[in-house]
Amino acid sequence: MSVEFLNFIETVLNGLMSGVMYSLVALGFVLIFKASGVFNFAQGVFALFAALTLVGYQTGQVPFAHLINELFGTNYHNWYASMPNFLAILLTMVTMIALAWIIERLVLKHLVNQDPIILFMATIGLAFALEGVGDLMWGSDVKVLDVGIPSGGSVWLEEATIGLAAEGSDYYGMYVDVLNIWATIIAVILVVSLALFSQYTKTGRALRAVADDHQAALSVGISLRSIWILVWAISGFIAMVAGIMWGTESGVQFSLSLIALKALPVLILGGFTSIPGAIIGGLLIGVGEKLAEIYIGGYFETGAIENWFAYVMALVFLLFRPQGLFGDKIIERV
Amino acid sequence: MIYKETGQYKSSYKSDHAIFPLLQDKIAFSTLMFIAFLIIPFVINSYWEKAILVPFLIFSLAAIGLNILTGYCGQVSLGTGGFMAVGAFSTYKIMTYFPDMNIMIIILISGLITAAVGIIFGLPSLRIKGFYLAVATLASQFFLVWLFNKVPWFYNYSDTGQITVSERTMFGIPVTGAEAPSYATYLFCLVLVVTLSFAAKNLIRSKMGRSWMAIRDMDIAAEIIGVPPLKTKLSAFAISSFYIGVAGALYFAVFLGAIEVTESFDIMTISFPVLFMIIIGGLGSMLGSFLGAAFVVTLPIGLKFLMVDMVGLSAVTAKHFEITIWGLLMIVFLIVEPHGLARLWSIAKEKLRRWPFPY
Repeated sequence: MSVEFLNFIETVLNGLMSGVMYSLVALGFVLIFKASGVFNFAQGVFALFAALTLVGYQTGQVPFAHLINELFGTNYHNWYASMPNFLAILLTMVTMIALAWIIERLVLKHLVNQDPIILFMATIGLAFALEGVGDLMWGSDVKVLDVGIPSGGSVWLEEATIGLAAEGSDYYGMYVDVLNIWATIIAVILVVSLALFSQYTKTGRALRAVADDHQAALSVGISLRSIWILVWAISGFIAMVAGIMWGTESGVQFSLSLIALKALPVLILGGFTSIPGAIIGGLLIGVGEKLAEIYIGGYFETGAIENWFAYVMALVFLLFRPQGLFGDKIIERV
Repeated sequence: MIYKETGQYKSSYKSDHAIFPLLQDKIAFSTLMFIAFLIIPFVINSYWEKAILVPFLIFSLAAIGLNILTGYCGQVSLGTGGFMAVGAFSTYKIMTYFPDMNIMIIILISGLITAAVGIIFGLPSLRIKGFYLAVATLASQFFLVWLFNKVPWFYNYSDTGQITVSERTMFGIPVTGAEAPSYATYLFCLVLVVTLSFAAKNLIRSKMGRSWMAIRDMDIAAEIIGVPPLKTKLSAFAISSFYIGVAGALYFAVFLGAIEVTESFDIMTISFPVLFMIIIGGLGSMLGSFLGAAFVVTLPIGLKFLMVDMVGLSAVTAKHFEITIWGLLMIVFLIVEPHGLARLWSIAKEKLRRWPFPY
């Protein structure tokens, strides 16, 4: 095989894996949109908040330490030196569930039956509020997140592929980050368990019923509010997984919340209402971005086209299919 | 009592079509204009100019622009920052190519250029609706900011990537650049804002404005009764972008003087705050655009005063608090009064009509 072809495969592989990361974020969006009709802009901040909380628990930070110290002149920083990863993740999950409950209680309950755009604006507000609270609680410095997921190049894959190139060409094998491989595995487990959950459990069926039709679900005795809390908690959990992955890769900092913006083209490509759409959309965008960076990016001497390429790709696609790849067909009546 | 319209008869079509049909409104508006044009210029100082009045005027203009598109025509846009950047960079490029051109004309031409760009980015709106469109407008935001950041021609190959305004005068008084006196920049913005607001108000009352609202309320029905969706949506995009472009030009030339595109026209610093202004002020309301802009411009100043000067928090913590309060306020507003400050004002007018004898 020629080196060019191998490089192409490497790019596609890496694209697929970064696509998985986008899908993880998009999945949270889709779940909430399906179940409560809310386009949750705060999904990215959810991920940031979860990652911040996880680091906070791991290192035993005192919540609101900066604020308390400034107000009362005290000097609190840490409660304890460290906490086992497992326990910290469990506590973070509890926190995210509590957050879902608070959001339902304080925000969603009061906005039932409002325009979708009003709900969307409310989640922008939520994103701001949550970001501020996260910073106040845990401080805004860049933190290192390590839950024991290995990272760095995969030596195994490099050695396995080094022989594929033709004799004499200096090909070094494919470079794939182990972290991305782990992310893919975890995402697959997540999606499979979500699918099983929604197919085979009572709560899962109730969840799908709510997604299909709010009123019909209410009339057969499903509590909308508890389902909403559940859905927000699940997407909080997905946000935590995404937060752990992205946080391990690039450190926990404010820019983590911007992954929401990365996930939006995935959403419009896949359709707002389709879980397979979110996954395939994420993979398409991931591959498209990586290929574009290498094969088109060269023509713009300035580079860094990945900021907008995904959007343009999604946009061009939308012109032909306005509801996205797998979205519900838009039927308009007067 | 205060707001009584009894006895004010409209005896001609002209008086029926007046922008301010009530005498009370006329008096209030004239007083406001009197204060704005004849009193403030004499008492204005640099702090009021830089911190409150000029940003308020500029953001009002941007809010009117977005309100035309989102409030009146129903097309949600998150690309305000990108369009303001177009206005700013057109101003900069025209300034360098035509050093003798009048600044007012430069700014209006920048508005026209932005309108053209707006039409191009408005094209998807013919196929895409709702949230899909909102996300699609994000594409314009990211693409435009990337373009101005990465293509050196736009910032004249300067090393820093910054663009800096040079001095321009109106009637011999500098209105841009570091030497411009406070009253000059203020009056320059004020004249533009007042003229353009009147133009917008009248556009909205015209056939064009009515067709925007028809498309907003139900686009298929509007199409059936003969409102052309192509022309209507694109005209809304064009005119909205014109306003936003002029606001961007003023933001660069008169207000900041030097900008760096990724910082000054970021989605978090422009697009969302402007959207917030029209939501908080009131979608589909001219008054709302102004109220929302005033609210968004003054709130951080008030919060900073409260937290840094009164309570004694550090600037960083205060900033975090500010973000939190922003978010909470947004939610509270949407829950308590989804029609914004303009609605509160009309409720207040209802109350004032019967005050102090409500029965």
